[in-house]
Amino acid sequence: MNNVMIDTGNYIAAKAAVMTQPDVVAAYPITPQTTLVEGIAKYHETGEFKGEYICVESEHSAMAACIGASATGVRTFTGTSSHGLLLMHEMLHWAALARLPVIMCNINRVVGPGWNIWADENDSISQRDTGWIQFYCSSNQEIFDTIIQSFKLGEHEKVSLPVMINYNAFILSHTSMPVHIPTQKEINDFLPKRKPLWNLDINNPITFGNIILPPEYEKVRKEMQESQENAKKLIKEISKEWKNKFGRYHGDLLELYECEDAEYILLSMGAIGAESKVAINNLRKKGLKIGLARVRTFRPFPKEEILKISKNSDLIVIDRNISIGMEGALFSEIKASLYGKSDSKVYGFISGLGGKDVTFQDIEKMCEKVINGKANDLEWYGLEGV
Amino acid sequence: MAIKEIPTEEYYLPGSAACPGCPATMALRIVFKAIGKKMIMIVPACCTAVIESLHPNTSFNIPTMNIAFEAAAAGASGVEAALRKQGKDDITVVAWAGDGGTYDIGIQALSGALERNTNFIYICYNNQIYSNTGIQRSGATPKYAAWTTTTVGGKTEYRKEMGEIIQAHHIPYAAQACISYPEDLYKKIKKAKEIKGPKYIEIMAPCPPGWRFGMEKTVEMGTLSVETGAWALYEYENDEIKFNGISKLLLEEKINPKPIEDWIKFQGRFRHLFIPKKDVKKLKEIQDHTNLIWKRYRKCYL
Ligand SMILES: Cc1ncc(C[n+]2csc(CCOP(=O)(O)OP(=O)(O)O)c2C)c(N)n1
Ligand code: SF4
Ligand SMILES: [Mg+2]
Repeated sequence: MNNVMIDTGNYIAAKAAVMTQPDVVAAYPITPQTTLVEGIAKYHETGEFKGEYICVESEHSAMAACIGASATGVRTFTGTSSHGLLLMHEMLHWAALARLPVIMCNINRVVGPGWNIWADENDSISQRDTGWIQFYCSSNQEIFDTIIQSFKLGEHEKVSLPVMINYNAFILSHTSMPVHIPTQKEINDFLPKRKPLWNLDINNPITFGNIILPPEYEKVRKEMQESQENAKKLIKEISKEWKNKFGRYHGDLLELYECEDAEYILLSMGAIGAESKVAINNLRKKGLKIGLARVRTFRPFPKEEILKISKNSDLIVIDRNISIGMEGALFSEIKASLYGKSDSKVYGFISGLGGKDVTFQDIEKMCEKVINGKANDLEWYGLEGV
Repeated sequence: MAIKEIPTEEYYLPGSAACPGCPATMALRIVFKAIGKKMIMIVPACCTAVIESLHPNTSFNIPTMNIAFEAAAAGASGVEAALRKQGKDDITVVAWAGDGGTYDIGIQALSGALERNTNFIYICYNNQIYSNTGIQRSGATPKYAAWTTTTVGGKTEYRKEMGEIIQAHHIPYAAQACISYPEDLYKKIKKAKEIKGPKYIEIMAPCPPGWRFGMEKTVEMGTLSVETGAWALYEYENDEIKFNGISKLLLEEKINPKPIEDWIKFQGRFRHLFIPKKDVKKLKEIQDHTNLIWKRYRKCYL
């Protein structure tokens, strides 16, 4: 029977991580991730978490330790945020290139200076090209379910890549919501044991990561790309399996809401994605044909799926990040997905940087500006007003 | 012990890409023999990543993972924790790094791993230079030694005493060794293997291209480093230091050290102290500094 736990995103993430029974967790505290690792430490004390917990001296070492542990073939987990994630950057590449499925929560937080601990997605967006799979969650239930699913995905032999589960600082990390928790047995039945691609084994003494020449290296990159493609298929299968087993579904690469007859489709990620549903309901009440495609995976990017929904709709994109010198990252990726294959218009908004609140009223205003033909290609919502 | 007591098994295989006369390979061979096949090694960026030979080949018959430059001790912590979780307590985890990866960029991860009581052996082969990137100064480079990017005069600072930084962590075992004394190195590694907790061993490793001496002189350069007191052989156990071999005799003043000049005159990195004319002042400064270090050693460790 399902048990309901009412708790914050971080404590829910700790519960999920512990229920996957990782062998090694290595982590370093940073606001707003602290309660996640404290949660795991607490489960360690009570004996519910039976793995090894390494209190490292930095996030760089946290990821290095997860890499070392994962290289012996076991299951690993960690969590971080913002500056912690940025300090890990080199090791993020290392984990992915080494094909080690380290699973990590990143609590999306502003990057300094100045110091600011609120929600902003520039931390993880700037890790786009590390080879990690990236999920963006919009509720605590989705955090729980996505963490469990990510182990199955990342550790799958056709993927063998690390997975980052992102969720917004405070809006989710420190907000309590009721979450259905399956039994340990149900999770064990869902999640197979990890079968590593390679591992450090005294009976098979390989050398991993020595000097590699261009042709061999290029092959490694190509295989990573193929694995991300495989992940697209598997994310769909795994979400379906989860739905059948547990009755919950948050979408796969995208979560589609009211899109069937939509003339406009709004695309956003994370907590703005959840707020967008309220905006869509209100706009629909006003008779506007608008839907929502919440982007759950930034990598692999749902290129084909977005092209498909653009067939009869213009697209409105909200980014809680900016690639300085260009535009919002999601906006760029969406336009690239349509290039040469679609006539639909794409409008981009930058909104909610530095943790600024983005309410459903704000989202409605942005959408109406587009629908009324008043929007420019790229707008800063709230800064200059719409 | 006699050299013939060292096992004949070779885990360091032919086909390595090391320079001729490479001190790291000499040390690796002994380390592998002392620990045997039940070991896993973590290697950060350094010459050893090249010495291992080209992917998919290897010159090590020991499971080895390369990791980022500053991450050897942290990576080893992860391996150690995972082995412990799997009940594989009979496998020795070794982090094997250069002086750059130890004294400089990797010191944070190393200090953290020692403080966390990680059950592993951290070995630093100290060639007193960043060799892999083409000879640049490190925190282990001695004063006045030149490197590729110095124009005149060489390094203007003294080297760190890493051994004393390590002692400040109060770990169960640390030692300094030198490639020229393989039996001593073998014994120290063997001893470290039997002790639980963090162990640190640093090996003096004179590097022909790094120091600019002939490749046939590696062992001699090591011996002279000890005989002149530029390097000390010792063990550190239970917060106590015990000098050994020639270093013990030097500490107890039973023999006199050879003049430091006997060591540095063979090394091209100190050439500017001899050419165009002998820089007596700087040579004296190096000698005085060495004497001062030994004076402190005597005060603290005798
Ligand atoms: C983060 C980072 N910075 C710089 C480098 C370039 N690098 C590779 S090896 C090395 C020097 C290594 O020196 P040391 O540890 O003494 O080993 P050795 O080459 O002497 O064997 C440097 C600077 C790197 N790989 N990673
Ligand atoms: S540069 Fe020195 S340490 Fe590096 S491989 Fe050559 S001899 Fe060995
Ligand atoms: Mg060096």
